Amino acid sequence: MTKNVTAPLDPETARSLRSGDSVLLSGTVYTARDAAHRRLCELAAKGAPLPFPIEGAVIYYVGPTPARPGQPIGSAGPTTSYRMDAYAPTLLRLGELGMIGKGKRGPEVIQAMKDTGAVYFGAIGGAGALLARCVKSAELVCYEDLGAEAVRRLEVENLPLTVVIDSLGNNLYETGRAAYLAQRG
Amino acid sequence: MRVIEARLITDAVARLSIRANTCLPDNVKAAIARARREEDWPPAREILDRIIENGAIEGGVPICQDTGMACVFLEVGQDVHILGGLAQAVDEGVRRGYTEGYLRKSVVSDPLERVNSGDNTPAMLYTELVPGDRVTITVAPKGFGSENMSRIAMLKPSDGLDGVRRFILDTVEQAGPNPCPPIVVGVGIGGTFDKCALLAKKALLRDMDAPSPLPFYAGLERELLEKINALGIGPQGFGGRTTALAVHIETMPTHIAGLPCAVNINCHVARHATEVL
Repeated sequence: MTKNVTAPLDPETARSLRSGDSVLLSGTVYTARDAAHRRLCELAAKGAPLPFPIEGAVIYYVGPTPARPGQPIGSAGPTTSYRMDAYAPTLLRLGELGMIGKGKRGPEVIQAMKDTGAVYFGAIGGAGALLARCVKSAELVCYEDLGAEAVRRLEVENLPLTVVIDSLGNNLYETGRAAYLAQRG
Repeated sequence: MRVIEARLITDAVARLSIRANTCLPDNVKAAIARARREEDWPPAREILDRIIENGAIEGGVPICQDTGMACVFLEVGQDVHILGGLAQAVDEGVRRGYTEGYLRKSVVSDPLERVNSGDNTPAMLYTELVPGDRVTITVAPKGFGSENMSRIAMLKPSDGLDGVRRFILDTVEQAGPNPCPPIVVGVGIGGTFDKCALLAKKALLRDMDAPSPLPFYAGLERELLEKINALGIGPQGFGGRTTALAVHIETMPTHIAGLPCAVNINCHVARHATEVL
């Protein structure tokens, strides 16, 4: 069954999602990778306001290719998430409720997700052309000097995602593999 | 002596950068289609279907947003004289291809200062002298999701074939979902520390359906592919049969004291494009 979910997330929705759920996400998400996360956490350490509303925010770990004229965005698939593990707990504790990426997360991120009721979505790595079709608009928010790594506000429609880790700490990377191996015998 | 103007190399590198990033080679598409036919786990099939759909999108959209560092392999015939600076010509080709092709600029000029070079230069350039009067240019954009999961080990001769097997399987196991499986596994065995890593990278340039010409290593490739696809990691790491599309092994002589083994992982967007001048 596929669940239609709107971003930013409300806490009840975030907590209701379960590892393995297929999700079509619509609404507003913000892009940030390594360099932007570092700057956001530096702001947070100073107690300064963040450049976008973090309450319920969904952050997409993506550095898109440049948009061709007339297109909102270029290719836009997920980058590997563990590089954001050093920064994610800080943003989760400030109110971030969703992360979109691919690949494993560290125990400190999963603990912060359980503490705050957040969810980690996987998008298909290497399918950036397909995922870009779900992006209806992209607008620069800050850090233009970072190029592809700048923070952008994306309006997305029916972005196909899978809940990899839910707010209880269930992890599809462990359960999906185990289920496959069990049926294979 | 044949004279080739450096600007022709610039033109070719620009064209190849765009082509490699926007058109998946037919042999890669065929390998993914075959994996889809052989996949028996429904969630995995669904992901492979999306990957196939992504690879079929036309109109110059890059297949993946990580359009990589531009690894450029030049085989220069020793009877060729190149008129103009070669490295500059290659970098100019990368600059032009990545700008005109709307490709991502993913290079920082210093690994610790980390300021983007703005044009995806420099290329990772390898030149090799070969007989003849032609220049063969291959551009292989390499994404770092999979590059980061690559490893090298200076094994001991006593580790032998079993040690090599264990290191390769362990590297794939540890990488898990991170390098965007299904992956292509490039293996280098032998040489020195540096040559071994280069062998692993070159192994990724081989056609997906081309086994090693050495029967022993062709057998080892088949065996390792089977073992990797029994790990259960599956497409995107959500479980399934299709963890790898191919294992390619390249070897060379090494020292009496050593057994270097390098594993360079590529994602399913196994891109490269070649032209001969």
